[in-house]
Amino acid sequence: MTNAMELYQMLPKTNCKKCGKTSCMAFAVALMAHELTADDCPPLKEEPKYKENYGKISDLFKASEGATSTGLIVHEELCFGCGNCVVACPPNVANDPYGVGSGNAPRDAKKLILIIEDGVVKAQNVEECRRFGKNKILCNGCIVTCPVEAIEFV
Amino acid sequence: MEKNYNVCTGCGMLCDDIEVESEKNIVNKVYTACRVGVAHMKEGRESAVFRVDDKPVDEATAISEAVAILKNAKNPLIFGLGTSTNETQKLAIELARKTSATLDDTSSFCLGRVVEALLQNRFKACTLDDVRNKADVTIFWGADPSDSHPRHLSKYSYFPRGTEKQRGWEEDRTAIAIDVRKSHTAKICGNNFFQVPPGGDAEFIDALIAGLSGKLPKTSYNFPPKRILELANILKGAKFGVVFVGLGLVYSLENLEPLFRLMDALNEKANFHLIPMVGHYNMRGFNENLFEETGYVNSVKFEDGAVKHGPEYSIVEALKAKTVDAALIIGSDPLSSLPRSIAKNLLEIPVISMDPCETLTSRSSKVYINTAISGVESGGSATRMDGVKVEFKPVVETKRLSDEAVLKKIMEAL
Repeated sequence: MTNAMELYQMLPKTNCKKCGKTSCMAFAVALMAHELTADDCPPLKEEPKYKENYGKISDLFKASEGATSTGLIVHEELCFGCGNCVVACPPNVANDPYGVGSGNAPRDAKKLILIIEDGVVKAQNVEECRRFGKNKILCNGCIVTCPVEAIEFV
Repeated sequence: MEKNYNVCTGCGMLCDDIEVESEKNIVNKVYTACRVGVAHMKEGRESAVFRVDDKPVDEATAISEAVAILKNAKNPLIFGLGTSTNETQKLAIELARKTSATLDDTSSFCLGRVVEALLQNRFKACTLDDVRNKADVTIFWGADPSDSHPRHLSKYSYFPRGTEKQRGWEEDRTAIAIDVRKSHTAKICGNNFFQVPPGGDAEFIDALIAGLSGKLPKTSYNFPPKRILELANILKGAKFGVVFVGLGLVYSLENLEPLFRLMDALNEKANFHLIPMVGHYNMRGFNENLFEETGYVNSVKFEDGAVKHGPEYSIVEALKAKTVDAALIIGSDPLSSLPRSIAKNLLEIPVISMDPCETLTSRSSKVYINTAISGVESGGSATRMDGVKVEFKPVVETKRLSDEAVLKKIMEAL
């Protein structure tokens, strides 16, 4: 997963304000939040010397177009259903504190983002994920708790 | 809404919150269980197989052949029972008494010593529910629950919120792994992973005890003393600590003395409990049932109403010395799990194998009785790794006999 700093490094860094943002750094943050796209930076799009970087940034975001809106991917062949992510996921805990939040079976699986089905984790209700929407944060609760790197965000 | 939960008998954790969708006695979907549990639950089959000398026979022939073997034997070996219910284990103890048998289970080369010490109150014990509600420091020593008991960390020991640990793993708990390799559990423990060389556990324990009392910890393999002191500081601050003892630690120690020393030292400075990482779902049950009957946890020989105990009655030593002249193996596969030089002696005596699955042992035994999977196709009760009794009902029905029913038939015929 990329971050705003990496994106900034690929921008013109001229702070020309043509995109409407006050600085290239602000533009990079907006890119991360999916508020703007690479096409919104006129110099990046038009000037030949930035062509390579324009391609790179566009490709970065192209990869996540096909994934769920939060970019969550579960590698089912790696997952063995330990449920660490299910218990660690903050929205899961908030929605079901005495069920999955306490390590037990879900009391109401419909409200949860991650559940274990047939020994493999399944993602649902992605709009509840803290990585979703305008005010998203880069929560990584399900990634750092996975012993086998079966969950990934693109 | 009250949900209908099942108990999973896939490992020593006996998860009691599993939802199962089944149709016509076939398990279709399993919720909340890990991959081990799902595979275990979906293993059921409709009809049983009985074999004598590799030829399919009917139930009565197989049982009468088994009875004949036990009758003719002077010193039969009864082994296994780690995946049988408490009721079956009690019947097996009775059968061993009746046939003057040598009785042993996998704990004689597994965690038997630790369970014995626990039953003799040498360690402070607690339940897994206490761990979830109170534990702030958990040590996984020579154990890798992420692979052996996948839901251990998420259900009890690290991630969940408990009554006194509302903030769970993020702030309220510290997990520590001490192992010879960076296991999946060690990966979750991050910086709190301490890698010791194989066989270096006893020395590490002594260094840690030195560190706990403020001395400079020394090891022959030059483990950084600063790190041991860091670990000692974490442990000293524990309000409710738990040490999960795995096979790795038990195999590395010649006797349990270092572990006794460590637990005493820890309890001088803090509050520490011990839970063995039992693999088979009811190995602890066998240890407790036999302890209740005889005062020993494994490796016993019944003779004229008396009970003898000693390493010579463990499966390894009994097979090595060829003192047993027949074997009844219940739900275990010694031909695969024992060293070849010892296991090959099993081929020289008549073996009766009772198992839900085809194993190497079942394939080379004289009598094979295909039994129901206990916990999935037959019910009963079992003892969890922390000593809590768990009752369970069958998830699906089958025509296969439970090992309890088979043992009853054998006892009647005897």
